[in-house]
Amino acid sequence: MKYLPTIGMEVHAQLTTSSKLFCGCTTAAFEAKPNGNTCPVCLGLPGVLPVLNRKAVEFVIKTALALNCEIPPHSRFARKNYFYPDLPKAYQISQYELPISKNGFLEITVNGRKKRIGITRVHLEEDTGKLIHPEAITSGSAKLGGDLSLIDYNRVGIPLMEIVSEADIASSEEAVAYLTKLRTILQYLGVCDGSMEKGSLRCEPNISIHPEGVEEWGTKTELKNLNSFKAVQRGIDFELKRQAEILETGGTVIQETRRWDDATQTTQTMRTKEHAHDYRYFPEPDLVPLEFDPDYVEQIRSTIPELPDAKKNRFTEKLALPEYDADILTSSRPLADYYEAVLTNFHEPKTISNWMLTELLGALNESGKTIEECKITPVQFAQLLHLIKKGAISGRIGKDVFKEMFATGNSPDDIIAAKGLMQVSDAAQLEAVVEKVIQNHPGPAADYRAGKNKALGFLVGQVMKETGGKANPQMVNEIIRRKLS
Amino acid sequence: DLARLEMTDDELDTFTSQLNSILEYASKLNELEMNDVEPTSHVVPLKNVFRDDEVKPSLHQDDLRGSCSPYFDGEFFEVPRVIEE
Amino acid sequence: MKLNTLTAHELLKLLRKKEIAPIDVVRSVFQQIGHVEQDVKAFLLTMQIEAEARAEALEKEDVNLPLYGIPVAVKDNMCTHGIPTTCASKILSGFKPPYDATVVEDVRQSGAVIIGKTNMDEFAMGSSCENSGFFPTHNPWDIERVPGGSSGGSAAAIAVCEAVMALGSDTGGSIRQPASFCGVVGLKPTYGAVSRYGLVAFASSLDQIGPITKDVHDTALLMNIIGHYDPRDSTSIRRQRQDYTAALQGDIKGMKIGFIEELLPEGTEAGVINAVENAVKVLKECGALVEKISLPNLNYSLPAYYLIAPAEASSNLARYDGVQYGFRSKEADEIIALYRKTRRAGFGAEVKRRIMLGTYALSAGYYDAYYLRALKVRTLVVREFSQAFEKYDVLIGATSPTTAFKIGERITDPLTMYLSDLCTIPINLAGLPAISIPCGLSNGLPVGLQLIGKPFGEETLLRAAYVYEQSATPIGKPPLV
Ligand SMILES: [Mg+2]
Ligand SMILES: [Zn+2]
Repeated sequence: MKYLPTIGMEVHAQLTTSSKLFCGCTTAAFEAKPNGNTCPVCLGLPGVLPVLNRKAVEFVIKTALALNCEIPPHSRFARKNYFYPDLPKAYQISQYELPISKNGFLEITVNGRKKRIGITRVHLEEDTGKLIHPEAITSGSAKLGGDLSLIDYNRVGIPLMEIVSEADIASSEEAVAYLTKLRTILQYLGVCDGSMEKGSLRCEPNISIHPEGVEEWGTKTELKNLNSFKAVQRGIDFELKRQAEILETGGTVIQETRRWDDATQTTQTMRTKEHAHDYRYFPEPDLVPLEFDPDYVEQIRSTIPELPDAKKNRFTEKLALPEYDADILTSSRPLADYYEAVLTNFHEPKTISNWMLTELLGALNESGKTIEECKITPVQFAQLLHLIKKGAISGRIGKDVFKEMFATGNSPDDIIAAKGLMQVSDAAQLEAVVEKVIQNHPGPAADYRAGKNKALGFLVGQVMKETGGKANPQMVNEIIRRKLS
Repeated sequence: DLARLEMTDDELDTFTSQLNSILEYASKLNELEMNDVEPTSHVVPLKNVFRDDEVKPSLHQDDLRGSCSPYFDGEFFEVPRVIEE
Repeated sequence: MKLNTLTAHELLKLLRKKEIAPIDVVRSVFQQIGHVEQDVKAFLLTMQIEAEARAEALEKEDVNLPLYGIPVAVKDNMCTHGIPTTCASKILSGFKPPYDATVVEDVRQSGAVIIGKTNMDEFAMGSSCENSGFFPTHNPWDIERVPGGSSGGSAAAIAVCEAVMALGSDTGGSIRQPASFCGVVGLKPTYGAVSRYGLVAFASSLDQIGPITKDVHDTALLMNIIGHYDPRDSTSIRRQRQDYTAALQGDIKGMKIGFIEELLPEGTEAGVINAVENAVKVLKECGALVEKISLPNLNYSLPAYYLIAPAEASSNLARYDGVQYGFRSKEADEIIALYRKTRRAGFGAEVKRRIMLGTYALSAGYYDAYYLRALKVRTLVVREFSQAFEKYDVLIGATSPTTAFKIGERITDPLTMYLSDLCTIPINLAGLPAISIPCGLSNGLPVGLQLIGKPFGEETLLRAAYVYEQSATPIGKPPLV
């Protein structure tokens, strides 16, 4: 029997505000001591009250607009009540019946086919702390004999945006395409760094299958602990297969939360429905309602930068780049920004694209660096392409210069000067070299005279060898032809 | 038990009967016809109260130690074993 | 003359003329504490050493500080930096907050001297102080009786002159009812007028801090200190700072007062009816126009309150679980047991009862039937009051249907206990300001007159209360003074 998957995605994105959602503690995890970024408010000490970070709300609205959502005029926060030691107030300030936004969509492309994935809602909430379990500690801490857990509240109160999709996703490929596209948009908007490894982007798919021809959806399971795109793909595939096997053998899928285990590449039961929480949501009395008037929403809309789809269209239409090039160049905002910065200094779109796709991405890949860490400035990159274009160096030497630039960050002029790589275009000097090569290789010279064009290549090669590759190949060609005609 | 309160059967019995009488009293609200009434969760005439996204100093860890948080070891809060649900 | 028996405005005159020094006032207060505290038990903590040191340091400071040298008692649900703050609960035993509540900061900066933390019903849940996790407080008028609650410690301390001014908090009557029982003045300000930052939450949408003082003038003085906008409380309302004492000028000729029938409910003690009706007479003599009115929806306030307040409380009190601070059960070897055992041993019966009630009211399947219904009743109560205020400047009634009852009399029957807040609860639901002032005695026990104002109508309220106070016969002092 054929089964049809129904997948919905719940994504939590940490917002890149400077301070937390309800207090002034920094969100910078970098170099923080455990519990160093905490205060009475985020620790939920008795008597404290939350005050909402304006920027976090604007980030959510901005994202929601980019995801084609409506921004209802009224919104508010609600308390989600449950006990867990990583939640110091024993409730999470979240949103329930009145989220900041709802009813949007995101268009993805899988195997050349476009598909719209509905966005149910985008809302704002606070993050929880981090528990360190005894088994997670390898050594060093004498305190952890297995009967203690430790808590670090640094992450508590960092703004999280929750993006819930409709169950419109029909395969793990679509799920990955959705997540990739979503991440790119978040990065373009500058609201989330998008790192799944660091946990700034977390994804929890709801997965169910039902036999083809049956209207009703099957029982769903929720998947947690997916820390990479690969895990998302494999986790969903595993779950689809597991559910199919259960149905094949006449069993029933139970509603539960399952945990992806990277080590075994399987999913395991975390929490079954009987243990599902009753969160007892109710309006957060310590915060007042949000009301957005259309002017305010439009003002935020005007701060949305060109998004990947629009940029890609512009690259293919206005710059005449192939779809493939445009796709890659717009896949991340830093890459696209880099490309455009080079373009303002060197006006050959396709040449830049060729160099970036092969040389730059190759070098980044090899060194494991990101575009932000690249030592070559867009201006230097453009200088290099100019030097090649005007014939100061050959393309082949250009590649060497590029490698040197990538490694050192020096300008192409400096590298060429220091290594004496300037192309030799001095006719007299080249005549002399050609003369010498013809004398030393009478055989090939005779062959060429006899009409064997192939010999020309050999002779040019010899000249290049003599000049350390610096000879202007066009001039060499011309001189040899003249001399041997 | 959602409230995470441990109690003996006796305590539970007393509470249950007390709660029942309170809830019975609360059912007085059913006398009112309120289909068209909007709920009021808040009486303050305020909306959109924000703070700017500015970092303020966090609490000094020495302030946490001792009487404020006896279970803070200077680095982490210690709790008995947490079994992942 | 015993300085501790004077009001703050009387003391300020002497202090500013340097006829007395802050240390004299502080010593006189502690002397009284030494005499009567064993009988009254108003304080969970007295801070004699710190208070005397502060009083001495004040000699070098400006005598024009608004509350220069005035001894102030603080209810133990307001956070005091480095000083235990327990809410009279074992679950917070040993907890010293790393910060000051906004009102505590205000009081410190005003030149006042904080002398101690007062007893209360645990987490402000109760009307008698019998629910304190440590010991009950006794009414200075009759130590067999309760001082009311939950701010019973603050009210008793003012009545017996162990402090000159006090801070209380009022969620369903917790300032006004004990003020009434102890024969002192207690104001619950408009919701949003005083910062809640640092007030340990009971029911966030109802809680409000306010003064408990010996007279109306002192209430105005303390409101000048604590009644202001605070950016740390999102529900605090941004307003120009007021001089509340300015409201004490003027008369109440032509002031329209509605006398709410429902605030003298069935079963009200005869002596209370008598005292309140006498007060009405005095107000009329002062030129006010008093009319009887009926606000029938107020009858639904009590059941609505006992769903809303416990619902919010069940969430607010969930954080007391032994993880970060306060009491932690030593019997637990894993986290869920820790929660259950800590909360079992740490909370008293009334707190548990309300947590369970609130948890139930919010749980799936009951939310609409209970919580949502209660919120709708709240709408009706708000509406009814605002309609009444289209016609009247001030509304009045009894603060409590009875005078102080005997310790132990009601504690076994929660519902009867809840009924003691019948007259005060509707005001919290509507977020209005209301003041209780002494209006006579019934069988030797104080009776409170409650005046209710429009949102931010504190000035009108204070003027009416002040005019009444100046015109009526004082009730005198309790025997322990
Ligand atoms: Mg969430
Ligand atoms: Zn913080």
